[in-house]
Amino acid sequence: MAHINMLQAINQALDVAMQSDPKVICFGEDVGSFGGVFRATSHLQEKYGKARCFNTPLVEQGIVGFANGLAAQGHKAVAEIQFADYIYPAFDQIVNESAKFRYRSGNLFDVGGLTIRTPYGGGISGGHYHSQSPEAYFAHTPGLKVVVPRNPHQAKGLLLASIRDPNPVLFFEPKRLYRASSGEVPEGNYQLPLGEAEVVKVGRDLTLVAWGAQMPIIEEAAELAEGEGISCEVIDLRSILPWDRDCVADSVFKTGRLVISHEAPLTGGFAAEIAATIQQRCFLYLESPIARVTGLDTPFPLTLEKEYLPDALKVLEAIRASVNF
Amino acid sequence: MALDTSTVHAPHFMTGDEWQIPTFALLRQDGTLYDGAEAPELSQDKALRIYRAMRFTRVLDERMLAAQRQGRLSFYLQCTGEEASVVGATAALQDDDMIMAQYREQGALAYRGFSIDEFMNQLFGNALDYGKGRQMPIHYGSAEYHYMTISSPLATQIPQAVGYAYGQKLDEEGRCTITFFGEGAASEGDFHAALNMASVHQVPVIFLCRNNGYAISTPTSEQFAADGIAPRAFGYRMHVIRVDGNDLLAVYQATLAARRIAVEHNKPVLIEAMTYRLAAHSSSDDPAGYRSQQEEAAWREKDPLARMRHWLERQGWWDEDQERQQEEQLRGEILAGMKRAEREAPPPLASLVSDVYDQVPPALAEQLAALEAHVRRYPDHYPRGAAGLDDAATQGGQ
Repeated sequence: MAHINMLQAINQALDVAMQSDPKVICFGEDVGSFGGVFRATSHLQEKYGKARCFNTPLVEQGIVGFANGLAAQGHKAVAEIQFADYIYPAFDQIVNESAKFRYRSGNLFDVGGLTIRTPYGGGISGGHYHSQSPEAYFAHTPGLKVVVPRNPHQAKGLLLASIRDPNPVLFFEPKRLYRASSGEVPEGNYQLPLGEAEVVKVGRDLTLVAWGAQMPIIEEAAELAEGEGISCEVIDLRSILPWDRDCVADSVFKTGRLVISHEAPLTGGFAAEIAATIQQRCFLYLESPIARVTGLDTPFPLTLEKEYLPDALKVLEAIRASVNF
Repeated sequence: MALDTSTVHAPHFMTGDEWQIPTFALLRQDGTLYDGAEAPELSQDKALRIYRAMRFTRVLDERMLAAQRQGRLSFYLQCTGEEASVVGATAALQDDDMIMAQYREQGALAYRGFSIDEFMNQLFGNALDYGKGRQMPIHYGSAEYHYMTISSPLATQIPQAVGYAYGQKLDEEGRCTITFFGEGAASEGDFHAALNMASVHQVPVIFLCRNNGYAISTPTSEQFAADGIAPRAFGYRMHVIRVDGNDLLAVYQATLAARRIAVEHNKPVLIEAMTYRLAAHSSSDDPAGYRSQQEEAAWREKDPLARMRHWLERQGWWDEDQERQQEEQLRGEILAGMKRAEREAPPPLASLVSDVYDQVPPALAEQLAALEAHVRRYPDHYPRGAAGLDDAATQGGQ
């Protein structure tokens, strides 16, 4: 075990993946000798050569199109999109191609070896185009897996699982936590399961659900609530698609209350999917309306970022409102 | 690079009109070679295999368009007029080179040996279709014949072909990828992405553009202002050749040479095959609304099948009798195959949810179970009734 930050954990995961499987190929804008604008691919080209870790031209639809072809050919393509905000030029390749490759061919061909890594989320004064959380767009696309880690240990284990999963995976990395989040991470090879949520803290009165960069926020809110005698069960969803309905439902059966929080805008955000599903499954157990604490239905702002974000105080207010309903 | 040697001291604009890209042609319409032209080395067996695939494609297209008109098929799309471009290029490759096509390239599959039943099962979307009846007719795919499953979004396969070829280069097995697309698809951003990446990363890929004059109703004059697709290769520093797409020998020889450049030197090549879409865009289109009979008639005079046939006859490899026998045989086999495919059962209901992922996720298995229960309750409201449900029960949770 070593105490490292999330970027180092991601770098380790890529290193382990490339070492254990010569079919793993990493590429994207600036990921080559420079090691990526966040340094997630540091030293990989040096260790594994230019053929397995390289820069691409600046063209997101090309990066993902290329990755689809490489994965269809049998390699494990690990493509980086520099910011999640710039994934939209590749939306067609991801939604129409990656996601439907296996289904439309009757399983003759697939791009299961594909993983797309991309930094997402706000809180770094990134304005409109260095702050977005686009997971809900992709959650509406059967055939994809969508994964978001919350700390270095999760990042390494989930990324290794994503690279080895026989399905195309979108791996959203919370860039606000790249260096802010550190912790103990096993040196070698390990994986964490996709599609499974994790109960981070057991509680009694209310269930709190989030993922990625929003996890420290709801953990802080849970602590504040604890001080007021409210016991929150904190769940990290980890996988947005497919998501762990049983874990959340089991928790709500017990607590009877649910607050979901994400940075992305409210309308059409993934909290809506969770709320609808839990309302349907846990109707007779719910003691208050399911609450969503999210970004506003606006583009992500620069100067008023702090006001915009669903911070711990806003989550705490929702917890209080739910308990006092 | 060495800009200092070509520095000028007055503004000097260029438009590309300085470049004239000639069309490589060997065969005249009457089957004779142009003066100074030399036919590529082509055995009688191989020449007849090529001709059969072209003829098969023509007969299949005529028969299936008729079937669509009779309401037996939901949709169809012909290759008519472009058979030489597609089959000629395919014949110049190794049979295990990858083909990533657009949708008007059934001739490539025909050349590689895709059977009549395999064509028909896809067209009718029955239980034997490799694609499990999920995609529209003509969206073929074959792992055995290295033909990537077709998808409708235009040009998406072009950067994929670059990635595929990059993998082939890493594997060092001497294979390449060819990707076919129309001149309309070349206006998509994916075309630019692909050519640039192919050149930067030096991959063994052949881009074959079927420039057939139209993208549905849009003539090339409204598709691009330049001299076709070929000059774009200069901007990517890529080998390029323009070829008479109705000339089987020229397409074959150009692709043979392109494959050498791709495989021996790991360099991409662009081939622009100049041809004409003799048929409508698809069974949902009527070209009478946007182009003249005279224009179509002029191109019918340049029919690639007739040209190839005249050449074969001059070689002493083919005659009127063989032509008639082959035609009759193909018509008979295709009709019989169509009837077989029509009689096959549709895919089981459970195939709705398999292959979305490698495993059916629990939430999706629940959706299938609910659908099965619903169909059982109201079998008269669904065209297949309760057929396939028993199969479904065993496959649902796979």
